[in-house]
Amino acid sequence: MKTLLPSKSETDEPKHAEREATPSAMVPGRFGVYGGRYVPETLMAALHELEHAYAEAQKDPAFASELAYLLHHYAGRPTPLYFASRMTESLGGAKIYLKREDLLHTGAHKINNCIGQGLLARRMGKRRVIAETGAGQHGVATATVCALFGMECIVYMGEEDMRRQELNVYRMRLLGAEVRGVSSGSATLKDAINEAMRDWVTNVRTTHYLLGSVLGAHPYPTMVRDFHRVIGIEARQQILEAEGRLPTAVLACVGGGSNAIGAFYEFIPDKNVRLIGVEAGGRGTALGEHAARFQGGSPGVLQGTYSYVLQDDAGQITLTHSVSAGLDYASIGPEHAALHDAGRAEYVSASDESALQATVKLARTEGILPALESAHAVAEAMRIAPKMDRNDILLINLSGRGDKDMGILARELKLQGA
Amino acid sequence: MAIQFAHQPGLIVYLTIGDPDLATSKKIALAAIDAGVDVLELGVPFSDPLADGPVIQRASERAVRNGTRLTDVLALARELRTERPHVGLVIFSYLNPLLRMGLEAFAKAAQSAGVDAVLVTDMIAEESQEYRAIMKNHHLQTIFLVAPTSPDERLARIAEVAEGFIYAISRVGITGTQQQVAGDARDLVTRMRRYTNLPIALGFGISNAAHVGAVAEFADAAVVGSAIVALIEQSSPQQAPAAVGAFIAGLHASAIVEENVLS
Repeated sequence: MKTLLPSKSETDEPKHAEREATPSAMVPGRFGVYGGRYVPETLMAALHELEHAYAEAQKDPAFASELAYLLHHYAGRPTPLYFASRMTESLGGAKIYLKREDLLHTGAHKINNCIGQGLLARRMGKRRVIAETGAGQHGVATATVCALFGMECIVYMGEEDMRRQELNVYRMRLLGAEVRGVSSGSATLKDAINEAMRDWVTNVRTTHYLLGSVLGAHPYPTMVRDFHRVIGIEARQQILEAEGRLPTAVLACVGGGSNAIGAFYEFIPDKNVRLIGVEAGGRGTALGEHAARFQGGSPGVLQGTYSYVLQDDAGQITLTHSVSAGLDYASIGPEHAALHDAGRAEYVSASDESALQATVKLARTEGILPALESAHAVAEAMRIAPKMDRNDILLINLSGRGDKDMGILARELKLQGA
Repeated sequence: MAIQFAHQPGLIVYLTIGDPDLATSKKIALAAIDAGVDVLELGVPFSDPLADGPVIQRASERAVRNGTRLTDVLALARELRTERPHVGLVIFSYLNPLLRMGLEAFAKAAQSAGVDAVLVTDMIAEESQEYRAIMKNHHLQTIFLVAPTSPDERLARIAEVAEGFIYAISRVGITGTQQQVAGDARDLVTRMRRYTNLPIALGFGISNAAHVGAVAEFADAAVVGSAIVALIEQSSPQQAPAAVGAFIAGLHASAIVEENVLS
């Protein structure tokens, strides 16, 4: 059975047909040909343990009810679906709805997954939790859940990200987490994941790795998606209540892709609903200037999973750039790779500049300050809404709030004379 | 060509190729072989070596920065094979550089260069079917890792697919030196013997003659990596080959002495 691994000659053939013809049922955690498990052998026992614990938890009504209780009473679910009327009016086209994940406790969707994995860590008897973070939102959510459950928490964060998301570093420390700076590579999210995996390999018997996106080896991409599915489940019901019909498109920013897959998943069977993922276009199209994996990348293996990767012709992972730390990553969740190849979801990119403009626009028309990550999805909506009909509906997953970005915004907007 | 261990215990040496530069790597490799290495692991530098400790990370970073590619490592293998026909040659890599070259193209080039075997750090038995089939077509053996955390059923599964030798990881953790050979190691090797007749090599943290001596008590070969990579880091390019040769000769002589003491 052919699994993955296109050789150079194969990549000359039409990609779609080739990949659809080679799914693997042998290995769990495959999305088309993507996903899988590419890790050092030392981690395999822990991945099996986690997979088993998650499968057991899914069968346990007590797990579901505790998760639901905490999502409601602690995190603040369900989040509103808000009709952005002034934004809609100002764009003069499609109706804009915002799924307000930014209103969740800790300020982003990340808490959904952290509560779920925190409960799993407790079930597995692991008292030490490690995590990586880019923008710091996952680190803050992890530190929060560890405080809630009384667990030791260590967060790995690139030193570049620590600098640009300083407020979140303080928040994590206040919550009792230890933040360990990572200076290797580009000192951003990818390097933080490397360091977290090295910690996990070393302390695997006592430690749960609370991975923050739909990345890494199986079962993470599936499990993290499941914990975020609630976003799309709520949003679909809410838009039907508000409009009596489904949206024209669902938009979400895509770094690793956790908020996007959470928002998209429930709509996948709704073939008429466009799913639009927005990657970081950064400041240019050359390798190293962006994090648009579907435009500049090709299939490869990074950090445990087979997906699209930004790499050079020798297979070295290239540096990335984005004004938003949370999108500044060289690979993308494998399920997005499969949705991309199948043509079910579209992936576009928004530049640093347009994300900054979208932030200002949303702040001034609606009084809502989005995270720079989420602003990429807003930017794409601003681009396409004016060309659309007034009966069209754009549902944007507003995955996080922008308080953490005040330092960057102050600097960048001042440069632009705003 | 096949992997063979002329010494007891066999000595396997890992080098990050391209650190400090390709020409020096070749001189170091020749010095190592001449000092009595059974198998040389030619490490392909990778931008994200997540199973490696700081020493090999730094070496890998230097080699990537000076532009060392998988094709350079294969070219070096070809030269070593020509100049030292008897030594075992293993390409030691993370998966992505091989994928990027294409597994078929890689295997063809490796076979042509005279490589004996391939070890991919992040390739587990369950994912390896296509990879093994391609390597087999080109008469390349596929070496797999076993870890102290691997339960018996995984050891059995790995034994089914492994060739050449079993690379047993001496302790949970990343590559790097340690004070003594971990207690985990003997237990792992003992468990693995139930499932395989292949030689078992012990690696991770083997950094001096005493360690090699301890390995000889229960395993067939010792892998020395970070200690040598660190020595190269500390030496000038001119000194590095002789320094590595002397270090390896020391490991080897002491190992034999140690074994005599034990027997």
